[in-house]
Amino acid sequence: MTDQQPLLHMQGITKEYFGNRVLTDVSLDVNRGEILGLVGENGAGKSTLMNILFGMSVIAQTGGYSGKVSIDGKEVNFQNPFDALKAGIGMVHQEFSLIPGFTATENILLNGEILHDNIVTKIFGPRLKTLDLPEMRAIAEKSIELLGVEISPDTLVAEMPVGHRQFTELAREIHRPEMKVLVLDEPTAVLTESEAQVLLTSLRRLAATGIAIIFITHRLQEILDACDRIVILRDGQVVKEVATSNTDIGQVAEAMVGRNVSAQSAATSDYNESTETILSVDHLWVDMPGETVRDVTLEVHKGEIFGIGGLAGQGKLGIPNGIMGLYAAGGAVTLHKKPIHLNDPAAALAAGMAFVSEDRRGVGLLLEEALDWNIAFTAMQAQNKFLRPLLGGLIQWRDDKAIQNVALEYIKALDIKCTGTDQPARELSGGNQQKICLAKAFAVQPDVLFVSEPTRGIDVGAKSLVLEALRTYNLENGTTIIMVSSELEELRSICDRIAIVDEGRIAGILPPSATAKEFGLLMIGKLKNEENKVGSHE
Amino acid sequence: MNSIRRFVDKAGWPRIIIAMLLLSLFIVAPSVGVRVDQSITDTIVRFGMNGILVLGMVPMVQTGCGLNFGLPLGIIAGLLGATISIELGLTGLAGFAGAIGFATPFALLLGWSYGKLLNRVKGDEMMIATYVGFSSVSFMCMMWMLLPYRSSKMIWGYGGSGLRTTISLEGFWIHILDNFLTIRIGHNFMFPTGMILFFAFMAWIMWAFFHTKTGTAMTAVGSNPDYARAAGINVDKMRTISVIMSTVYGAIGILVFQQSFGFIQLYNGPFFMALPAVAAILIGGASVNKANITNVVIGTILFQGILTMTPSVINSAIQSDLSEVVRIIVSDGMIVYALTRVTRKSR
Repeated sequence: MTDQQPLLHMQGITKEYFGNRVLTDVSLDVNRGEILGLVGENGAGKSTLMNILFGMSVIAQTGGYSGKVSIDGKEVNFQNPFDALKAGIGMVHQEFSLIPGFTATENILLNGEILHDNIVTKIFGPRLKTLDLPEMRAIAEKSIELLGVEISPDTLVAEMPVGHRQFTELAREIHRPEMKVLVLDEPTAVLTESEAQVLLTSLRRLAATGIAIIFITHRLQEILDACDRIVILRDGQVVKEVATSNTDIGQVAEAMVGRNVSAQSAATSDYNESTETILSVDHLWVDMPGETVRDVTLEVHKGEIFGIGGLAGQGKLGIPNGIMGLYAAGGAVTLHKKPIHLNDPAAALAAGMAFVSEDRRGVGLLLEEALDWNIAFTAMQAQNKFLRPLLGGLIQWRDDKAIQNVALEYIKALDIKCTGTDQPARELSGGNQQKICLAKAFAVQPDVLFVSEPTRGIDVGAKSLVLEALRTYNLENGTTIIMVSSELEELRSICDRIAIVDEGRIAGILPPSATAKEFGLLMIGKLKNEENKVGSHE
Repeated sequence: MNSIRRFVDKAGWPRIIIAMLLLSLFIVAPSVGVRVDQSITDTIVRFGMNGILVLGMVPMVQTGCGLNFGLPLGIIAGLLGATISIELGLTGLAGFAGAIGFATPFALLLGWSYGKLLNRVKGDEMMIATYVGFSSVSFMCMMWMLLPYRSSKMIWGYGGSGLRTTISLEGFWIHILDNFLTIRIGHNFMFPTGMILFFAFMAWIMWAFFHTKTGTAMTAVGSNPDYARAAGINVDKMRTISVIMSTVYGAIGILVFQQSFGFIQLYNGPFFMALPAVAAILIGGASVNKANITNVVIGTILFQGILTMTPSVINSAIQSDLSEVVRIIVSDGMIVYALTRVTRKSR
């Protein structure tokens, strides 16, 4: 079954986006009939690697890549997905790319229809050829059958359950006779458990026909069930390559999450567990698209830096957005033992909470306005700072001088690189924009500060400056900080406790000194039912 | 060289080109027998007449509601104020003040409901606003016939009921602002001090308002509504306030316009009043979500200046009476040009 030569061979792939290195010397082989599991945290480089393989235009537009890709021993360099398709590479994406108003057959054979000549084509050319519907139907049926599921080829995609859509998409890729390598990017994310099982079985069956499959998923158990080998990516490098039979879920999770605890994590730990509770959250739910929070209960102590981690889409971002009133939420939140009125940003701010949004450019900044406005605005509106009452308080006059002073103060304190307080926020770099967002929150002088993804999209140097600013602020003002981040290392470097969110619930709370394995297991939801064992250190 | 480039960047090519055109019209004018001093007077008067209507564009633009194509709604409030004031027989300053006094409650009420409507159609404000303007004008066409006005100065002479299409302000408050502290030089130059002062006063109020807490919040709403909401601002309320302000300015603006023009124009009069105001502020350099008072002043001078000068210069040059035709071509041409210049400042 296996040739001497690997079917797909990727050698020394390196890719930079604007000087930001996302893949470093990645090599991987896939053999005929093999299922390869590709795992890694968000941003580990999986998608970039697959984009390179599939010739996505974003790669060429950002300066191409270095390294070699060869199929069947022949070196290839795809300029666009059509080349890749021709060479026998198929890809099933996270988002469906099906036409809802077409039937399964039409979708499966889209752009590969079986055509016949007729009288009209003689005159008007090949664009008017007739479709051979029975033949197409037969082909579609055959490829659906190969997957081992039952979908009528005549069903409209719009009327299918999501699971069937996923299979239809898969059938579209495999009906092509030249199909050699099939890439599945999170195919089970939308499937129920039993559907996922069916999918895994069909993958096995497909592999047996000689197709090589690259399987990307966050659900490690599926990888272990379905794959022959596992390649683990972290920070753009292959950290581990192992046969499934020689490993277990714990090892994979540990390798995925990374380095063992760095020395700096203990730096802030003069935190004392017995301090009073400042914020308590009881059965919180938040309806934030893509980040739904289902049932979160937690307590945050005064003066601590509390981390919230977890994989993307599990709901960690929903927690601060819900408490701050930006998305519809329910449950009970109390600050200083006083209940917070949810769904009302003004009430949350008035109670003494502030929020640095993960959506810096969308929610965090007034891009067209000057820096001083950006910094002072929230404090002005929510707390009537930087205002001068005129006519006995009838008119609240904006105190431009005070606004400028506070802006200058924070620009100096946070070392924000800018030409002056009147520069529009749009013109600053990502890291400096993030500092403006922090300054905005600091100007409110909150008791509890929520910081969401503070280092997303900024370079390494700026990252440590931002984290440093947070830690200093926490130490100097005793402000309680709740930091949400996808980067576990970052959380472990400054937090006193870290909660991991999985499927909208708190999977567990760990001290930063817990091992990578413990964090990894919580993230993938393995220990959901035994959370007391790994357990909260409350 | 650098300073020239900076100036061009700041002023923008459209303004520079139009200003050049206006200047060249003034230079050519004497050679075809058009008096420059007379032309300057006309331009200033027209600026004063239209200035406040253009000013009324600012609040809605600032909160991101777009250009107020529904300006006729404010104008209708102004017309109601003016006709009620005449009905009660008020004349002179009392008449003008009365007109503003009666118009304001109507403007507040209409503006409030118009604001509520616009909050339900976010993203399509300008389209909806246009139709609000048109339909309100049509509705009032019926009302002007039906409302129980009695004053013989206003109603049709033959039927004895229903208002006339144009009502003269002679004997009421014609030129009440124009003639206040007027400066006259020679026979042909006149500076309508009162009207310009009144414009300056209205502009100052607008400027001051945008320096208050509420005004600042409104600017932020237009700049980034999500940011504003996260800062605890009630976005819909701010938008409603801006629509009310625009409508009130529309009402006062038409009263200032009429006292100088000398007539109240009812029925289809307000129909196309929004377009010149929209064009003026766009030519002044405003975008769909950013406008300031400088945009208003520059835009109104340029737009009204071209509108005054082109017909008279061309008329004299080709020795015929085409002034109305030329005026319409120029005015609509400028509007089309301005609308192609609509820009949305990127987020």
